[in-house]
Amino acid sequence: MYNFEFEKPSTIADAVAALGAEDAQALGGGQTLIPTLKQRLAAPSKLVSVSGIAEMKGVCVEDDGSVAVGGATTHATVASEAAGNYPALAALAGQIGDPAVRNRGTIGGSIANNDPAACYPAAVLGSGATVVTNARQIAADDFFEGMFSTALDEGEIVTSVRFPVPQAASYQKFLQPASRFALVGVYVARFADGVRVAVTGASEDGVFRWSEAEEALNKEFRADALMDLRINPANMIADLHGSKEYRAHLVGVMTKRAVEACM
Amino acid sequence: MTQVSMTVNGKSVSGDVEGRTLLSSFLRENLSLTGTHVGCDTAQCGACVVHVNGEAVKSCNMLALEADGAEVGTIEGQANADGSLNVIQQAFQDHHGLQCGFCTPGMVMSAAALLKDNPRPTEAEIRKYLEGNLCRCTGYHNIVKAIMAASGQNVGSIAAE
Repeated sequence: MYNFEFEKPSTIADAVAALGAEDAQALGGGQTLIPTLKQRLAAPSKLVSVSGIAEMKGVCVEDDGSVAVGGATTHATVASEAAGNYPALAALAGQIGDPAVRNRGTIGGSIANNDPAACYPAAVLGSGATVVTNARQIAADDFFEGMFSTALDEGEIVTSVRFPVPQAASYQKFLQPASRFALVGVYVARFADGVRVAVTGASEDGVFRWSEAEEALNKEFRADALMDLRINPANMIADLHGSKEYRAHLVGVMTKRAVEACM
Repeated sequence: MTQVSMTVNGKSVSGDVEGRTLLSSFLRENLSLTGTHVGCDTAQCGACVVHVNGEAVKSCNMLALEADGAEVGTIEGQANADGSLNVIQQAFQDHHGLQCGFCTPGMVMSAAALLKDNPRPTEAEIRKYLEGNLCRCTGYHNIVKAIMAASGQNVGSIAAE
Protein backbone atom coordinates (compact mmCIF):
# COMPACT_ATOMS: atom_id res chain seq x y z
CA MET A 1 0.00 0.00 0.00
CA TYR A 2 1.07 3.58 -0.57
CA ASN A 3 2.26 5.43 2.48
CA PHE A 4 0.15 8.00 4.31
CA GLU A 5 0.27 10.14 7.40
CA PHE A 6 -1.53 8.77 10.42
CA GLU A 7 -3.38 10.78 13.00
CA LYS A 8 -5.39 9.56 15.97
CA PRO A 9 -7.31 12.44 17.57
CA SER A 10 -9.26 12.04 20.80
CA THR A 11 -12.20 14.35 20.03
CA ILE A 12 -14.66 14.64 17.16
CA ALA A 13 -13.67 18.28 16.64
CA ASP A 14 -9.99 17.37 16.22
CA ALA A 15 -10.92 14.55 13.82
CA VAL A 16 -12.99 16.90 11.68
CA ALA A 17 -10.10 19.37 11.62
CA ALA A 18 -7.64 16.64 10.63
CA LEU A 19 -9.98 15.49 7.85
CA GLY A 20 -9.78 18.97 6.37
CA ALA A 21 -6.41 18.05 4.83
CA GLU A 22 -6.52 17.27 1.12
CA ASP A 23 -7.23 13.58 0.41
CA ALA A 24 -7.52 12.75 4.09
CA GLN A 25 -9.80 9.85 4.96
CA ALA A 26 -11.40 8.60 8.16
CA LEU A 27 -10.34 5.16 9.45
CA GLY A 28 -12.79 3.11 11.52
CA GLY A 29 -11.68 -0.43 12.31
CA GLY A 30 -9.99 -0.75 8.93
CA GLN A 31 -11.39 -4.20 8.19
CA THR A 32 -12.35 -3.09 4.69
CA LEU A 33 -10.21 0.00 4.26
CA ILE A 34 -6.85 -1.66 5.00
CA PRO A 35 -7.38 -4.47 2.44
CA THR A 36 -8.50 -1.77 -0.02
CA LEU A 37 -5.29 0.19 0.60
CA LYS A 38 -3.21 -2.96 0.18
CA GLN A 39 -4.69 -3.37 -3.27
CA ARG A 40 -3.88 0.28 -4.00
CA LEU A 41 -7.53 0.95 -4.75
CA ALA A 42 -7.28 4.05 -2.56
CA ALA A 43 -4.38 6.36 -1.81
CA PRO A 44 -5.28 8.80 0.95
CA SER A 45 -2.67 11.36 1.99
CA LYS A 46 -3.66 10.93 5.60
CA LEU A 47 -5.71 8.47 7.64
CA VAL A 48 -7.57 9.87 10.62
CA SER A 49 -8.37 7.08 13.06
CA VAL A 50 -11.56 7.53 15.06
CA SER A 51 -10.68 4.65 17.40
CA GLY A 52 -9.33 7.02 20.07
CA ILE A 53 -12.52 9.09 20.33
CA ALA A 54 -14.22 7.99 23.55
CA GLU A 55 -17.45 9.91 22.85
CA MET A 56 -17.96 7.81 19.69
CA LYS A 57 -17.86 4.47 21.48
CA GLY A 58 -20.47 2.36 23.20
CA VAL A 59 -24.17 1.59 23.21
CA CYS A 60 -26.73 3.55 25.23
CA VAL A 61 -30.49 3.92 25.53
CA GLU A 62 -31.87 7.40 24.90
CA ASP A 63 -34.77 9.04 26.75
CA ASP A 64 -37.20 8.10 23.96
CA GLY A 65 -36.20 4.44 24.21
CA SER A 66 -34.09 4.38 21.05
CA VAL A 67 -30.73 2.64 21.11
CA ALA A 68 -27.78 4.85 20.18
CA VAL A 69 -24.59 3.20 18.95
CA GLY A 70 -21.44 5.32 18.76
CA GLY A 71 -19.91 5.43 15.29
CA ALA A 72 -16.62 3.90 16.48
CA THR A 73 -18.29 1.03 18.35
CA THR A 74 -17.07 -2.40 17.29
CA HIS A 75 -19.38 -5.16 16.11
CA ALA A 76 -18.36 -7.26 19.12
CA THR A 77 -19.41 -4.48 21.50
CA VAL A 78 -22.78 -4.09 19.78
CA ALA A 79 -23.27 -7.88 19.86
CA SER A 80 -22.85 -7.87 23.64
CA GLU A 81 -24.09 -4.43 24.75
CA ALA A 82 -27.21 -4.16 22.55
CA ALA A 83 -28.39 -7.68 23.35
CA GLY A 84 -30.73 -6.55 26.14
CA ASN A 85 -32.34 -3.56 24.44
CA TYR A 86 -32.30 -4.45 20.75
CA PRO A 87 -31.61 -8.18 20.38
CA ALA A 88 -32.08 -8.32 16.58
CA LEU A 89 -29.43 -5.63 16.12
CA ALA A 90 -27.06 -7.43 18.50
CA ALA A 91 -27.65 -10.71 16.65
CA LEU A 92 -26.83 -9.05 13.33
CA ALA A 93 -23.61 -7.55 14.72
CA GLY A 94 -22.62 -10.99 16.03
CA GLN A 95 -22.85 -12.47 12.51
CA ILE A 96 -20.54 -10.03 10.77
CA GLY A 97 -17.23 -11.48 9.59
CA ASP A 98 -15.53 -13.54 12.28
CA PRO A 99 -14.62 -12.85 15.95
CA ALA A 100 -11.32 -11.09 15.20
CA VAL A 101 -12.95 -8.92 12.54
CA ARG A 102 -15.77 -8.06 14.96
CA ASN A 103 -13.21 -6.90 17.51
CA ARG A 104 -11.99 -4.20 15.10
CA GLY A 105 -14.75 -3.39 12.59
CA THR A 106 -17.11 -0.53 13.47
CA ILE A 107 -20.67 0.43 12.63
CA GLY A 108 -19.63 3.86 11.35
CA GLY A 109 -17.04 2.34 9.04
CA SER A 110 -19.50 -0.22 7.72
CA ILE A 111 -22.29 2.17 6.84
CA ALA A 112 -19.97 4.88 5.51
CA ASN A 113 -18.54 2.28 3.13
CA ASN A 114 -22.02 0.96 2.21
CA ASP A 115 -20.81 -2.30 0.73
CA PRO A 116 -23.77 -3.75 -1.21
CA ALA A 117 -23.42 -7.03 0.73
CA ALA A 118 -22.72 -5.62 4.21
CA CYS A 119 -25.05 -6.48 7.09
CA TYR A 120 -25.33 -3.17 8.97
CA PRO A 121 -26.98 -1.17 6.16
CA ALA A 122 -29.91 -3.62 6.36
CA ALA A 123 -30.35 -2.96 10.09
CA VAL A 124 -30.03 0.81 9.71
CA LEU A 125 -32.51 1.00 6.81
CA GLY A 126 -34.78 -1.72 8.20
CA SER A 127 -35.03 0.01 11.57
CA GLY A 128 -35.54 3.46 10.04
CA ALA A 129 -32.55 4.62 12.09
CA THR A 130 -31.07 8.09 12.12
CA VAL A 131 -27.43 8.52 11.17
CA VAL A 132 -25.86 11.26 13.29
CA THR A 133 -22.74 12.96 11.93
CA ASN A 134 -20.54 15.75 13.20
CA ALA A 135 -22.69 18.14 11.12
CA ARG A 136 -26.28 16.85 10.96
CA GLN A 137 -28.78 14.02 11.30
CA ILE A 138 -29.64 11.94 8.25
CA ALA A 139 -32.65 9.61 8.01
CA ALA A 140 -31.67 6.11 6.88
CA ASP A 141 -33.98 6.46 3.86
CA ASP A 142 -31.82 9.38 2.68
CA PHE A 143 -28.43 8.03 3.77
CA PHE A 144 -27.82 5.09 1.44
CA GLU A 145 -27.45 6.31 -2.14
CA GLY A 146 -26.39 3.15 -3.98
CA MET A 147 -23.45 0.77 -4.05
CA PHE A 148 -20.55 2.23 -2.00
CA SER A 149 -22.28 5.60 -2.01
CA THR A 150 -23.87 7.56 0.85
CA ALA A 151 -25.13 11.06 1.65
CA LEU A 152 -21.95 11.76 3.64
CA ASP A 153 -19.97 14.78 2.50
CA GLU A 154 -16.21 14.82 2.20
CA GLY A 155 -14.70 14.75 5.69
CA GLU A 156 -18.05 14.09 7.42
CA ILE A 157 -17.92 11.50 10.21
CA VAL A 158 -20.67 9.15 11.42
CA THR A 159 -20.59 9.90 15.14
CA SER A 160 -23.53 7.68 16.10
CA VAL A 161 -26.55 5.80 14.80
CA ARG A 162 -29.88 6.02 16.64
CA PHE A 163 -32.15 3.01 16.25
CA PRO A 164 -35.84 3.18 17.17
CA VAL A 165 -36.58 -0.20 18.75
CA PRO A 166 -39.32 -2.18 16.96
CA GLN A 167 -41.87 -4.48 18.60
CA ALA A 168 -40.18 -7.37 16.83
CA ALA A 169 -37.33 -7.67 14.37
CA SER A 170 -35.11 -10.27 12.77
CA TYR A 171 -32.17 -10.34 10.41
CA GLN A 172 -31.82 -13.44 8.27
CA LYS A 173 -28.50 -13.78 6.52
CA PHE A 174 -27.71 -16.25 3.76
CA LEU A 175 -23.99 -16.43 4.32
CA GLN A 176 -21.44 -16.32 1.51
CA PRO A 177 -19.03 -18.46 3.51
CA ALA A 178 -15.78 -17.35 1.88
CA SER A 179 -16.25 -13.61 2.24
CA ARG A 180 -18.54 -13.93 5.29
CA PHE A 181 -20.69 -11.17 3.79
CA ALA A 182 -24.36 -11.75 3.01
CA LEU A 183 -25.15 -13.43 -0.29
CA VAL A 184 -28.58 -12.07 0.58
CA GLY A 185 -29.64 -10.68 3.94
CA VAL A 186 -33.10 -9.43 4.93
CA TYR A 187 -33.97 -7.30 7.94
CA VAL A 188 -37.64 -7.22 8.94
CA ALA A 189 -38.76 -4.81 11.66
CA ARG A 190 -42.33 -4.54 12.90
CA PHE A 191 -43.27 -1.19 14.44
CA ALA A 192 -46.64 -0.06 15.80
CA ASP A 193 -47.06 2.11 12.69
CA GLY A 194 -45.88 -0.38 10.08
CA VAL A 195 -43.41 -2.99 8.90
CA ARG A 196 -40.06 -2.23 7.26
CA VAL A 197 -38.21 -4.75 5.09
CA ALA A 198 -34.61 -3.97 4.08
CA VAL A 199 -32.58 -6.18 1.76
CA THR A 200 -28.80 -6.33 1.45
CA GLY A 201 -26.52 -8.39 -0.78
CA ALA A 202 -29.01 -8.58 -3.62
CA SER A 203 -29.25 -5.35 -5.58
CA GLU A 204 -26.87 -3.52 -7.89
CA ASP A 205 -28.09 -0.39 -6.10
CA GLY A 206 -27.03 -1.63 -2.66
CA VAL A 207 -29.38 -1.95 0.30
CA PHE A 208 -33.04 -1.26 -0.50
CA ARG A 209 -36.52 -1.48 0.99
CA TRP A 210 -38.83 -4.08 -0.50
CA SER A 211 -41.98 -1.99 -0.51
CA GLU A 212 -44.31 -4.69 -1.93
CA ALA A 213 -43.39 -6.98 0.95
CA GLU A 214 -43.92 -4.15 3.43
CA GLU A 215 -47.42 -3.53 2.01
CA ALA A 216 -48.34 -7.20 2.19
CA LEU A 217 -47.00 -7.53 5.75
CA ASN A 218 -48.83 -4.38 6.85
CA LYS A 219 -52.07 -6.08 5.81
CA GLU A 220 -51.19 -9.36 7.44
CA PHE A 221 -47.98 -10.04 9.36
CA ARG A 222 -47.45 -13.69 8.39
CA ALA A 223 -44.90 -15.39 6.18
CA ASP A 224 -47.77 -16.68 4.03
CA ALA A 225 -48.69 -13.11 3.15
CA LEU A 226 -45.56 -13.11 0.95
CA MET A 227 -46.51 -16.31 -0.88
CA ASP A 228 -47.44 -14.68 -4.20
CA LEU A 229 -44.80 -11.96 -4.16
CA ARG A 230 -41.85 -12.12 -6.54
CA ILE A 231 -39.10 -9.56 -6.78
CA ASN A 232 -37.87 -8.57 -10.23
CA PRO A 233 -34.41 -10.09 -10.82
CA ALA A 234 -33.45 -7.48 -13.45
CA ASN A 235 -31.58 -5.26 -11.01
CA MET A 236 -30.07 -8.03 -8.88
CA ILE A 237 -26.35 -8.72 -8.55
CA ALA A 238 -25.00 -11.61 -10.61
CA ASP A 239 -21.59 -13.10 -9.82
CA LEU A 240 -19.95 -16.50 -9.51
CA HIS A 241 -21.75 -17.09 -6.21
CA GLY A 242 -25.26 -16.63 -7.56
CA SER A 243 -27.29 -15.46 -10.55
CA LYS A 244 -29.81 -12.61 -10.53
CA GLU A 245 -32.66 -15.11 -10.43
CA TYR A 246 -31.10 -17.01 -7.53
CA ARG A 247 -30.69 -13.84 -5.49
CA ALA A 248 -34.25 -12.72 -6.29
CA HIS A 249 -35.50 -16.08 -5.07
CA LEU A 250 -33.41 -15.83 -1.90
CA VAL A 251 -34.87 -12.41 -1.11
CA GLY A 252 -38.29 -14.05 -0.86
CA VAL A 253 -37.03 -17.00 1.17
CA MET A 254 -35.05 -14.88 3.65
CA THR A 255 -37.91 -12.40 4.08
CA LYS A 256 -40.26 -15.23 5.00
CA ARG A 257 -37.70 -16.60 7.47
CA ALA A 258 -37.33 -13.19 9.04
CA VAL A 259 -41.09 -12.81 9.45
CA GLU A 260 -41.32 -16.27 11.01
CA ALA A 261 -38.50 -15.41 13.39
CA CYS A 262 -40.44 -12.30 14.50
CA MET A 263 -43.38 -14.43 15.69
CA MET B 1 8.63 7.76 10.50
CA THR B 2 6.75 7.92 13.76
CA GLN B 3 7.68 6.30 17.01
CA VAL B 4 5.31 3.64 18.30
CA SER B 5 5.44 2.13 21.77
CA MET B 6 3.52 -0.80 23.14
CA THR B 7 3.81 -3.70 25.53
CA VAL B 8 4.39 -7.00 23.78
CA ASN B 9 4.16 -10.16 25.88
CA GLY B 10 4.67 -8.05 28.98
CA LYS B 11 7.76 -6.23 27.70
CA SER B 12 7.84 -2.54 26.75
CA VAL B 13 8.96 -2.08 23.17
CA SER B 14 9.15 0.78 20.73
CA GLY B 15 10.24 1.41 17.18
CA ASP B 16 9.98 3.76 14.25
CA VAL B 17 7.27 2.94 11.76
CA GLU B 18 5.54 4.45 8.74
CA GLY B 19 1.85 5.27 8.72
CA ARG B 20 1.23 2.18 6.60
CA THR B 21 3.24 -0.27 8.74
CA LEU B 22 0.99 -3.13 9.77
CA LEU B 23 1.03 -4.51 13.29
CA SER B 24 2.05 -7.89 11.83
CA SER B 25 5.02 -6.25 10.06
CA PHE B 26 6.06 -4.43 13.22
CA LEU B 27 5.98 -7.66 15.24
CA ARG B 28 7.81 -9.71 12.64
CA GLU B 29 10.27 -7.22 11.17
CA ASN B 30 10.99 -4.74 13.97
CA LEU B 31 10.73 -7.15 16.90
CA SER B 32 11.70 -10.37 15.07
CA LEU B 33 8.68 -12.10 16.59
CA THR B 34 8.09 -14.27 13.55
CA GLY B 35 5.72 -16.65 15.29
CA THR B 36 2.88 -14.43 14.10
CA HIS B 37 2.36 -15.70 10.58
CA VAL B 38 1.05 -13.79 7.60
CA GLY B 39 -0.91 -16.16 5.40
CA CYS B 40 -3.43 -14.49 3.16
CA ASP B 41 -2.65 -10.86 4.05
CA THR B 42 -6.34 -10.11 3.41
CA ALA B 43 -7.81 -10.80 6.88
CA GLN B 44 -9.35 -14.09 5.80
CA CYS B 45 -7.08 -16.81 7.16
CA GLY B 46 -6.38 -15.85 10.77
CA ALA B 47 -2.74 -17.02 10.86
CA CYS B 48 -1.82 -13.52 12.08
CA VAL B 49 -4.20 -13.40 15.06
CA VAL B 50 -2.71 -11.73 18.12
CA HIS B 51 -4.29 -10.21 21.22
CA VAL B 52 -4.59 -6.44 21.52
CA ASN B 53 -5.74 -5.37 24.96
CA GLY B 54 -6.96 -8.92 25.47
CA GLU B 55 -8.98 -9.18 22.27
CA ALA B 56 -8.19 -11.36 19.26
CA VAL B 57 -7.44 -9.26 16.18
CA LYS B 58 -5.96 -9.94 12.77
CA SER B 59 -2.61 -8.18 12.97
CA CYS B 60 -2.26 -7.97 9.18
CA ASN B 61 -5.36 -5.81 9.17
CA MET B 62 -4.39 -3.32 11.85
CA LEU B 63 -1.89 -0.50 11.62
CA ALA B 64 1.02 -0.63 14.05
CA LEU B 65 0.27 2.96 15.08
CA GLU B 66 -3.25 1.89 16.09
CA ALA B 67 -1.62 -0.33 18.72
CA ASP B 68 0.35 2.55 20.25
CA GLY B 69 0.11 2.18 24.03
CA ALA B 70 -1.65 -1.20 23.79
CA GLU B 71 -0.93 -4.51 25.49
CA VAL B 72 -0.17 -6.96 22.72
CA GLY B 73 0.07 -10.71 23.15
CA THR B 74 1.62 -13.02 20.56
CA ILE B 75 2.28 -16.75 20.33
CA GLU B 76 5.79 -16.16 21.74
CA GLY B 77 4.17 -15.12 25.04
CA GLN B 78 1.96 -18.18 25.34
CA ALA B 79 4.36 -20.73 26.82
CA ASN B 80 4.63 -21.12 30.59
CA ALA B 81 7.33 -19.19 32.46
CA ASP B 82 9.61 -22.26 32.50
CA GLY B 83 9.37 -22.57 28.71
CA SER B 84 7.04 -25.56 28.71
CA LEU B 85 3.96 -25.50 26.49
CA ASN B 86 0.84 -23.97 28.02
CA VAL B 87 -2.36 -25.97 28.33
CA ILE B 88 -3.67 -25.04 24.88
CA GLN B 89 -0.35 -25.63 23.12
CA GLN B 90 0.10 -28.97 24.88
CA ALA B 91 -3.42 -30.01 23.90
CA PHE B 92 -2.65 -29.19 20.24
CA GLN B 93 0.36 -31.50 20.49
CA ASP B 94 -1.49 -34.24 22.36
CA HIS B 95 -4.43 -34.29 19.96
CA HIS B 96 -2.46 -33.74 16.77
CA GLY B 97 -4.14 -30.39 16.19
CA LEU B 98 -1.61 -29.43 13.55
CA GLN B 99 0.17 -30.86 10.59
CA CYS B 100 2.20 -28.25 8.72
CA GLY B 101 1.75 -25.81 11.61
CA PHE B 102 1.38 -22.64 9.59
CA CYS B 103 -2.06 -21.77 10.97
CA THR B 104 -1.22 -22.94 14.50
CA PRO B 105 -0.12 -19.61 16.05
CA GLY B 106 -3.39 -18.02 14.98
CA MET B 107 -5.37 -21.06 16.09
CA VAL B 108 -3.76 -21.03 19.53
CA MET B 109 -4.29 -17.28 19.95
CA SER B 110 -7.93 -17.55 18.86
CA ALA B 111 -8.45 -20.52 21.16
CA ALA B 112 -6.97 -18.56 24.07
CA ALA B 113 -9.29 -15.63 23.36
CA LEU B 114 -12.28 -17.97 23.19
CA LEU B 115 -11.45 -19.76 26.45
CA LYS B 116 -10.93 -16.46 28.27
CA ASP B 117 -14.55 -15.48 27.57
CA ASN B 118 -16.05 -18.95 27.49
CA PRO B 119 -14.02 -21.40 29.61
CA ARG B 120 -16.09 -24.47 28.65
CA PRO B 121 -17.29 -23.98 25.08
CA THR B 122 -19.35 -26.60 23.29
CA GLU B 123 -18.02 -28.19 20.13
CA ALA B 124 -20.40 -26.02 18.09
CA GLU B 125 -19.20 -22.86 19.85
CA ILE B 126 -15.58 -23.75 19.11
CA ARG B 127 -16.29 -24.39 15.44
CA LYS B 128 -18.22 -21.11 15.22
CA TYR B 129 -15.44 -19.15 16.93
CA LEU B 130 -12.83 -20.53 14.55
CA GLU B 131 -14.68 -19.33 11.45
CA GLY B 132 -11.94 -16.78 10.84
CA ASN B 133 -9.05 -19.25 11.18
CA LEU B 134 -8.36 -21.42 8.19
CA CYS B 135 -6.44 -24.70 8.32
CA ARG B 136 -5.72 -26.54 5.09
CA CYS B 137 -4.28 -29.69 6.67
CA THR B 138 -6.22 -31.05 9.59
CA GLY B 139 -9.85 -30.78 8.58
CA TYR B 140 -10.34 -29.04 11.95
CA HIS B 141 -11.51 -32.07 13.96
CA ASN B 142 -8.29 -32.40 15.92
CA ILE B 143 -8.09 -28.66 16.49
CA VAL B 144 -11.59 -28.74 17.97
CA LYS B 145 -10.60 -31.75 20.06
CA ALA B 146 -7.51 -29.95 21.33
CA ILE B 147 -9.52 -26.93 22.42
CA MET B 148 -12.13 -29.14 24.09
CA ALA B 149 -9.31 -30.92 25.92
CA ALA B 150 -7.62 -27.64 26.87
CA SER B 151 -10.87 -26.55 28.49
CA GLY B 152 -10.89 -29.72 30.57
CA GLN B 153 -13.64 -31.45 28.65
CA ASN B 154 -14.02 -34.97 27.37
CA VAL B 155 -13.14 -35.20 23.70
CA GLY B 156 -14.54 -38.68 23.13
CA SER B 157 -17.88 -37.33 21.94
CA ILE B 158 -16.54 -35.35 18.98
CA ALA B 159 -18.08 -36.59 15.79
CA ALA B 160 -16.44 -37.52 12.51
CA GLU B 161 -12.90 -38.74 12.34
